[in-house]
Amino acid sequence: MTLSVSLQHRLGDFDLDVAFEAPPGITVLFGRSGAGKTTIINAVAGLLTPQAGRIASNGTVLLDSASRQIVPPHKRRIGYVFQDARLFPHLNVRQNLAYGRWFAPKSAPREDKARIVDLLGIGHLLDRRPTGLSGGEKQRVAIGRALLASPQILLADEPLAALDEQRKAEILPYFERLRDEVTVPILYVSHAATEVARIATTVVALDGGRVARQGPAAEVMSDPAITPLGVRSAGAMLDARVQAHHADGLCTLEAEGVPLLLPRIDKPVGAAVRVWIEAQDVMLATEEPRGISALNVLETTVTELRLGAGPGVIVQLSFGRAFLLARITRRSAEALALEPGAPVFAVLKAVSVARDAISDAPRPQAETPKGAQGS
Amino acid sequence: MTEWLGPDEWRAVALSLKVSFWATLLSLPVGLWVAYVLARYEFRGKQLLNGLVHLPLILPPVVTGYLLLATFGTQGPVGRLLEPFGIVFAFRWTGAALAAAVMAFPLMVRAIRLSIEAVDPKLEEAAATLGASRFWVFLTITLPLILPGVIAGAVLAFAKAMGEFGATITFVSNIPGQTQTVPTAIYAFLQVPGGETSAWRLVIISIIVAMSALLLSEALARRAARKVQGT
Repeated sequence: MTLSVSLQHRLGDFDLDVAFEAPPGITVLFGRSGAGKTTIINAVAGLLTPQAGRIASNGTVLLDSASRQIVPPHKRRIGYVFQDARLFPHLNVRQNLAYGRWFAPKSAPREDKARIVDLLGIGHLLDRRPTGLSGGEKQRVAIGRALLASPQILLADEPLAALDEQRKAEILPYFERLRDEVTVPILYVSHAATEVARIATTVVALDGGRVARQGPAAEVMSDPAITPLGVRSAGAMLDARVQAHHADGLCTLEAEGVPLLLPRIDKPVGAAVRVWIEAQDVMLATEEPRGISALNVLETTVTELRLGAGPGVIVQLSFGRAFLLARITRRSAEALALEPGAPVFAVLKAVSVARDAISDAPRPQAETPKGAQGS
Repeated sequence: MTEWLGPDEWRAVALSLKVSFWATLLSLPVGLWVAYVLARYEFRGKQLLNGLVHLPLILPPVVTGYLLLATFGTQGPVGRLLEPFGIVFAFRWTGAALAAAVMAFPLMVRAIRLSIEAVDPKLEEAAATLGASRFWVFLTITLPLILPGVIAGAVLAFAKAMGEFGATITFVSNIPGQTQTVPTAIYAFLQVPGGETSAWRLVIISIIVAMSALLLSEALARRAARKVQGT
C-alpha cells in the first residue's frame, strides 16, 4: 500500500507546494514548525481542503481537485492520532476503542482487538474514563482507537510533543512495533530529529512549504544539506548489529565491519539496531590520535563539507556504505585542510551516545508477513 | 387536589401544564437545530437569524401576541393556509402553546448554544476521522456532551411557558377551559370581587411548579454532567 500526495495551498504569506510518496512503514514529515507538516496531514485526513492537489491511497482517490473529487473525512478510512489525544470524555476506554469499528465497513479487514490492546499495554484501562488517565496512557488509547478503525492510512501529528521525556520513551517503542507489524502506511509528523532517527523508514524533509528532500531515512538524515532544524540537531543514522555485551556496562556494535563501543543496550547479540549519532558529538583528526579517552576512532573519508551561516561546518564522512556527520568550526576545517576525498579519523566518545539513541532497526517490509503476530 | 381547587382553577392548572409540555417538546428539536447552526456555522444572514430568535425576548409581549394573531389567526396568511388541514391556533389551546413556544424559544436557544460552544470541535473532527458522518457525530459526540445544557434549556423554556401572559392573552384571549392558563386565570380572578382566594391558590401552585422544575433540572443536569466528565 502506498500513499501518494501532491498539494498546493496558499494561506496569506504561506505557500505550500509539495509532492511525495509514502510507502509502507513510517514516513516522517520532518521540519520545523511552519514548514507545512500539519497542513499536509490535515489535507490527507480531509479536515482541510487544499486549493489544488491530488491524494490517492493505493489507487483510491481521496482528493482530486482537477476532477473536483473530494472524499469527506469520514469516508477516507484513515486513523488519526492527534497531538492532544482527543479521547471522547463521555465514553470509557473500551467504548473509545470501539468507536471507529462502529462505522468501519463490514467488509473491512478487522484488526484483532485483543492484539492491539496487548500491543499497546492498555488492557488494565478498558473500564476507565479518559479523565483519569495519564498523558501517556491517553495517547496509547488514541493510537489503539485509530488502529481499530481498520484504517488504510494511519496519520500521527506529533503524537509525542505534549508528553515529557519519560512518556515519550514509553510510547516510541509502540510506534516501532507498529512500523514493523502493521501493513498500512503511516504518515508521522515530527520536528524532533531523535524521534525521526528512531522510527522513520522514509523521511520527507520539509522547508518553508517545499520538499527539501525525500527518501530512505538514513540517506535523508545523513545529507549535510538537510538540517531543517538547524545544525544543532544534525546527525546521522547508522545501521548496526549487536556483536558483544561487556561486563563494564558497554557493548560492541558492528557497522560496516567497524566495531563501535557504546553504552550497553537490552538487545540480544545479533540484533539489528539503528544508532543516532549527533554531529556535534563527533570530533575529527588527520592523524590517528593516541592516549585519548574516547573509545571509538573510525577511519573515514570526507565526502562533503557544508558551510553554515555561523562559524560552523558540517562535514559528511563515509566508511563502507555508511555516513557520519561531524559538526566542527570553519577554523578547524581550514587548519586540518579538510576537503572531499581526504582521509580523516572520526572520534566518538561512547558516553555521548544516549541509550535511547539506539533502537530496533526497521524490519524490511517485504519480509513482514501480513498480519504478523506481535511478540 | 380537585376539591381544594375550584373547577376553573383546576382547569387552568391542567391547561398550563399541557400547553407548556407541548410548547417545550415541539420547540426542542427546532431549538437544538437553530442553536447548532448559530454555534457552528458562519453564513450570510447569521445575525439576522440571531436577531429573529431573540426578538420575542426584547419585544413587548403584546406586540409578539399581536403579530402571532396577524399571522396565525383565521384571517392571517399562515392561519388561512393551515385551516383546511384542521390546524387552528386562534382562541384554542394550540395557540397558547404556540405563543408559549415562541416566547420561550430565545431562552432555550441561548442555553443550548452556550453548551454547544463549550464542546471542543476537535472532538467532532476526531469522530469524523474515525468514520462518523455529520449526523452520527452529532448523535454520538455532540448531543451526549451538551445534554446538561439541553436539559437546562428545556426546563427554562418550560418555566417560561408556564408563566407566559402577554402574548398568550393577546393571541388567544382568556377563555376558561379553552385558553385560560394559570397567569391569565390569576389575572381574571383579580378582576372580580372575592377572587383573591382563588388567585392565591394559583399563586402557590405557580411557585411549587416553578421550584420543582428548577430542582429537577439541577438534579438532571448534575447527573448528566457527572456522566460526561466520567468522575
